[in-house]
Amino acid sequence: MDQILLQILNGLDKGSAYALIALGLTLIFGTLGVVNFAHGALFMIGAFCAVTLQKILNLSSVVLDPTKTDFLGNPAKVKTPYVETWFGHDMGAALIDWSVPLAILFSIPIMILIGFIMERGLIKHFYHRPHADQILVTFGLAIVLQEIIKQFFGANPIPTGAPDAFKGSFDFGVYMGFDPNAIIYPYWRMIYFTFSLVVIGAVFAFLRFTTFGMVVRAGMADRETVGLLGINIDKRFTIMFGIAAAVAGMAGVMYAPINSPNYHMGMDFLVLSFVVVVVGGMGSLPGAVLAGFLLGILESFASMNEIKSIFPGIDQIIIYLTAIVILLVRPRGLMGKRGVMEE
Amino acid sequence: MGILEVKNVGKRFGGLQALRDVNLSVTENTVHAIIGPNGAGKSTLLNVLVGKLIPDTGSVMFDGQSVLGRKPHEINQMGISRVFQTPEIFGDLTVMENVMIPCFARRDGSFRVHAFETVAQERDIIDEAEHMLADVNMLDKRDMHAASLSRGDKRRLEMAMCLVQKPRLLLLDEPTAGMARADTNNTIDLLKHIRDTRDITMAIIEHDMHVVFSLAERITVLAQGTPLVEDTPENIKGHPKVKEAYLGEQAQE
Amino acid sequence: MLGLNKRDTSFLLIVILLTMTTPFLMQPFAENSPLAQFNGGYPDLMAKVAIFGIFAMGFNILFGLTGYLSFGHAAFLGVGSYAAVWMFKLLTLNVLPAVILAVIMSGIFSLLIGWISLRRSGIYFSILTLAMAEMSYRLAYSVLTPLTNGETGLQVRPNDPRILDSATSANYPNLFGLELSSSYHWKVLGHDFTFNVGFYFCAVIAIIAFYISMRIFRSPFGMMLRAVKSNQQRMSYTGLDPRPYTLAAFVISGMYAGLAGGLLAAMDPLAGAERMQWTVGGEVVIMTILGGAGTLLGPVLGAGAIKYLENIFSKINDNVLDGWFSFLPDTVREYVVWFFSRFTGEGWALTLGLMFMLVVTFLPGGLVEGGKRIGALFRRKPKDDGDDAEHPPHSTPHVAE
Repeated sequence: MDQILLQILNGLDKGSAYALIALGLTLIFGTLGVVNFAHGALFMIGAFCAVTLQKILNLSSVVLDPTKTDFLGNPAKVKTPYVETWFGHDMGAALIDWSVPLAILFSIPIMILIGFIMERGLIKHFYHRPHADQILVTFGLAIVLQEIIKQFFGANPIPTGAPDAFKGSFDFGVYMGFDPNAIIYPYWRMIYFTFSLVVIGAVFAFLRFTTFGMVVRAGMADRETVGLLGINIDKRFTIMFGIAAAVAGMAGVMYAPINSPNYHMGMDFLVLSFVVVVVGGMGSLPGAVLAGFLLGILESFASMNEIKSIFPGIDQIIIYLTAIVILLVRPRGLMGKRGVMEE
Repeated sequence: MGILEVKNVGKRFGGLQALRDVNLSVTENTVHAIIGPNGAGKSTLLNVLVGKLIPDTGSVMFDGQSVLGRKPHEINQMGISRVFQTPEIFGDLTVMENVMIPCFARRDGSFRVHAFETVAQERDIIDEAEHMLADVNMLDKRDMHAASLSRGDKRRLEMAMCLVQKPRLLLLDEPTAGMARADTNNTIDLLKHIRDTRDITMAIIEHDMHVVFSLAERITVLAQGTPLVEDTPENIKGHPKVKEAYLGEQAQE
Repeated sequence: MLGLNKRDTSFLLIVILLTMTTPFLMQPFAENSPLAQFNGGYPDLMAKVAIFGIFAMGFNILFGLTGYLSFGHAAFLGVGSYAAVWMFKLLTLNVLPAVILAVIMSGIFSLLIGWISLRRSGIYFSILTLAMAEMSYRLAYSVLTPLTNGETGLQVRPNDPRILDSATSANYPNLFGLELSSSYHWKVLGHDFTFNVGFYFCAVIAIIAFYISMRIFRSPFGMMLRAVKSNQQRMSYTGLDPRPYTLAAFVISGMYAGLAGGLLAAMDPLAGAERMQWTVGGEVVIMTILGGAGTLLGPVLGAGAIKYLENIFSKINDNVLDGWFSFLPDTVREYVVWFFSRFTGEGWALTLGLMFMLVVTFLPGGLVEGGKRIGALFRRKPKDDGDDAEHPPHSTPHVAE
């Protein structure tokens, strides 16, 4: 029993990332009808927002301290981050420590801006071109974005720590009535999961309870009719693109402490998130979220030694295998609308 | 015994009985029109005939064989060709290629890898296609992109693609829908020409009375999913039941 | 000749001529001239152009003709390489059996993957092939280690059984004893031309592959494939089943990819799983589209252009750039060099990505279309070049009666 719970918990953090990226992909596909191969790159840029903020906060003034010497006998250099100079030592240190959560605030405007530029500058011109062209041009964009990041941050992963308060693990099992030490779970992963639930909830609430969201949902169902009502649907869809980019970005920011960001993490997640979208049902938002969590958990179960000893290598391919089976057996996915994707 | 026999066909979509007890017999070498007001079930019947829908009850026999549950390409290989409401052609290909493809389909069946002959060597097919194009007055456009044809020419090309297969039954789904008057008349002339020069059976689903009465030899009137009457055009014209079914609609025509 | 009409025959002859004289064409500058760094006449590079040309030609038969966009063709490249290396290990270091086995194995594998993937079309097909390729890559890395030797990659070793030729002293892949790595150097007028056995082997196979793809383009089968792209609905109502046609195209293109993989292994007897990654499949997509999808010559041009530029760009480092911009004042030069070095050397992928985006956006017909547009500017009267099956000569639009 505790084993099962542990695997479910282990699957949650990846599942959360899948769900958030797939949610954005589905929003873009549902509203604009565009298959965005650059969405993984947005996730990656989000993670690098966290890296950037951490670097900025760590910018330091270097002062030579004559009272101390380094091992060569020269005066030692003392680095003082500017934030500590400006806000006092304690406040500055706290800011640096909390750079990842702070990066969320920092990333939202950046990601929305990137989203707007992408949509207005490039994707807009591809609405009336074949899906293949959309895939190709966003694939090209993904390469460009990833290479730009590589130019500035290098090819190696950059460790980006969570705040000290959330480092380490806690004994989750005890809260659930299991034996002590049965289920040890890192704080940050729990936070990531909670955070993703909040973001997903916010997106759904936004679509459900605001007039704006209502129009967008109506547009997703029947773009033409809504257009005929004299509502400028395109403008709203552009804004949705910005929101989808922000969701991917935030998912990336918060993921930075779990896996050190590197330039190709976007491509790595891209294939998986497409698979998630397909399993959930193309165009279905709840489907994307559900499939994200389900596949994350499934992957974590497949990596149990008991399972791996029966089906070697299953942990590597379980997600793809599931997707292929779903596509063949139930092409509209878990929660896709009837008729979507069915010939 | 007609070439196409529809017996007791019924089809229900949820709460809507789209087709009820449809019986229809199309005699060989006649032009048979199926007319009826909007929502009478014409499109549903057509989709049953081409294998796109499987009815809940009844049977559809073509030349003694059931068409139910067969794929579109199998039904075509049985000898049924179809003209669509909006012309379906190969837009990226030339007019000539558009007509050659059905020739290949008739000669080689639904699939054959003939990868090592060149198209230019297929003299028989080329001759056949050229004859067909000449027959519909399109030989001068043989090298044009099909997508760049006018709407009327697209219809003409689609008709040529169907006829070159020498089908035993040609199904036409509102062949003049959305056409300007001049194009409609051209299409009627083309269909008359086809009717008078070939041994062909045609089933036309049509809304436009002008088209129907200039072409058809038998007419079935469909209303609320079931055949109302079946008779010659002369008798249909004054039939009280037909007037009733079309009341209001004909006033507009 | 060979069942081709006059225009195609001369087209083929030109291609043969160009391929055979590649060691001259790609080595235009003398050894000690400052432009020598733009020479590309190295056996390794020239063979890569031929091999990736084959890969792209095959991909074009699927994507260019039927319009099905596969991101999974790297898997077939990988299978071809593994099959070839196994042949080297088990039977003989002669490359012919290895290449033949590569084609057969990738054919079988693509039949399996195509049969599953082609149940869907459009973007779902693309995603399915993506998932398939990624799955193959991961399997090659993990469970299939006995077959693939995992991360290390499959290599030829001295203690391999090699039933047919273990007695001989051959240690490198050869063609009936002629080692692929052996070269003849011709030094003349300060030039150094290299004629390499491996390159000519790849070149001959590439020409055969090109001839086959030409025959397919001109055949009724090729016409059916274009019909698949144009209108599947009309196709099935014309009595044709689109699926086996598409599957046949998929398998043919998979076999081309396997052939390319086998040749890669022949040039360098090593097969690794990274060859199966979906981004490698993405590279062939880029090559085909950059050159011109749906045209005969486009994919080869695209492969050549990308491989050549990749080689040149990665050689341009800051020192080279400094030399180029030495006429600028120091402060300005620093910024200019910094800017350009983003796109050269390590930054080649950035240039490639930008180039690809520009081509997809503004020149969907690729280099071939670009060439035609330029040609049209000079000639004013556009003439069909014969290398293009997709764009038959346009007549003036017809006015409705």
